[in-house]
Amino acid sequence: MAQGAKGEIRSQIELPFTEAIRISFQSLRIRFWRSMITTAGILLGIAFFVAVLSGAEITRVMVERRGSQAVITAIDDVQTGRISAQQIWLIVMSLIVCVVGIANSMLMAVTERFREIGTMKCLGALNKFVVELFLLESGFQGLAGAVIGAFVGFISIMLLNLKDYGLDVFLGFPQYILRVLMYMGIACILGMVLAVIGAAGPAYRAAQLPPAEAMRVEV
Amino acid sequence: MAEASINKTNNDIAVRTVGVIKEYQMGGTILRALKGIDIEIKRGEYISIMGPSGSGKSTLFNMIGALDRPSAGTVYIDDVNLLELSPSEIAWLRCWKIGYIFQTFNLIPVMTALENVTLPMIFAGVSASERRKKGMELLAKVGLEQRADHKPSELSGGQQQRVAIARSLANGPSIILADEPTGNLDLRTGRDIINILREMNKEENVTVISATHDLKMLDVSDRVIYIRDGLVEQIKARSELKLEIGTIEGEQ
Repeated sequence: MAQGAKGEIRSQIELPFTEAIRISFQSLRIRFWRSMITTAGILLGIAFFVAVLSGAEITRVMVERRGSQAVITAIDDVQTGRISAQQIWLIVMSLIVCVVGIANSMLMAVTERFREIGTMKCLGALNKFVVELFLLESGFQGLAGAVIGAFVGFISIMLLNLKDYGLDVFLGFPQYILRVLMYMGIACILGMVLAVIGAAGPAYRAAQLPPAEAMRVEV
Repeated sequence: MAEASINKTNNDIAVRTVGVIKEYQMGGTILRALKGIDIEIKRGEYISIMGPSGSGKSTLFNMIGALDRPSAGTVYIDDVNLLELSPSEIAWLRCWKIGYIFQTFNLIPVMTALENVTLPMIFAGVSASERRKKGMELLAKVGLEQRADHKPSELSGGQQQRVAIARSLANGPSIILADEPTGNLDLRTGRDIINILREMNKEENVTVISATHDLKMLDVSDRVIYIRDGLVEQIKARSELKLEIGTIEGEQ
């Protein structure tokens, strides 16, 4: 008998990827300011990261150009032209700020929408679709935040160095730009990947919960 | 086997629960919210599940609606054992067979009334133009076609609940589950909501199952299931109820 009756129950259709992209874009657009705050969290982490790395590189080039005496910097090992222990410490710090900041932003962004996830599941959303939606959203936010953050980080370190070294900073441009661009590229990928990883945990957990439980969660 | 005979005799049963038990782990202790519930609800019935807070009626609601898994026992919807369904089939069931209405409305705050109503149709794979057409029809049905482009925050509680009712009807469900649908509404708005539900029940032969402690609901219910301490205390048909409502209102 189960066959006959169960025949009425079908498998839920999987929505096309374009539909997920459309909904996630719409969701980001509608919660523009909330998304901006999340994005800003990513932006700051990445900006710090890019600024520290690019700063080290620009200093190295300045040392090459002017000799260590002329370089106005407090960093002792700068004569060697290599990244100092303090700079490594700064880079590690910036990475930690980046990871923690992004993970926290995404965690909050997903957790505050548990009820919404429960509701969507009530209306027939597949777990996969819910996860897809949140990963897309976080991916867009991560990429946007990281790209802007990379530029903000680079521009701010340029301004800082402009103050210290004057126009020399621009003359040395060809010597460090490739490296700086590489750092910016790494930072963009890092920002997006971290955002997606940060969102994946809570989104997956929320999607797995029975709707009744997801809707009970109060934030 | 046993199941075959059930099918023959229960073609008109929309929902059946057999020995449904639900336990929650609360810190170190186990809380038994449902202690073995056996009920049968016929197609087209209007059922109220009544009981004091903490009696387990919302838990039962979640079990019937495939929103949570029982710790033991089985729930059948249209003679299909929910435990046998894959997650994808459960999603299909929630999408097509059941419409949900909640005390807290649970509309998606960033979507307009129309978008909320059409969301289940997206999951059902309905085309955009069809969605819009059907969504507007449903909003008209609950008297809110003028408010299609309003966000939930721009609507009153009663209006939000009417949007939620329209949404619950999106894919033409055979069962509507309402968890305290009038709980957050004033007396008159609550009555409007009850009337809409009753109309749906009568006109479309939708089975309405509502967890409530709103006495107004008794008036329209075919049967009332009383839950206490996780057990069915009694089940009463409307004919047995009339008298009681009279006395309750008389007392007030």
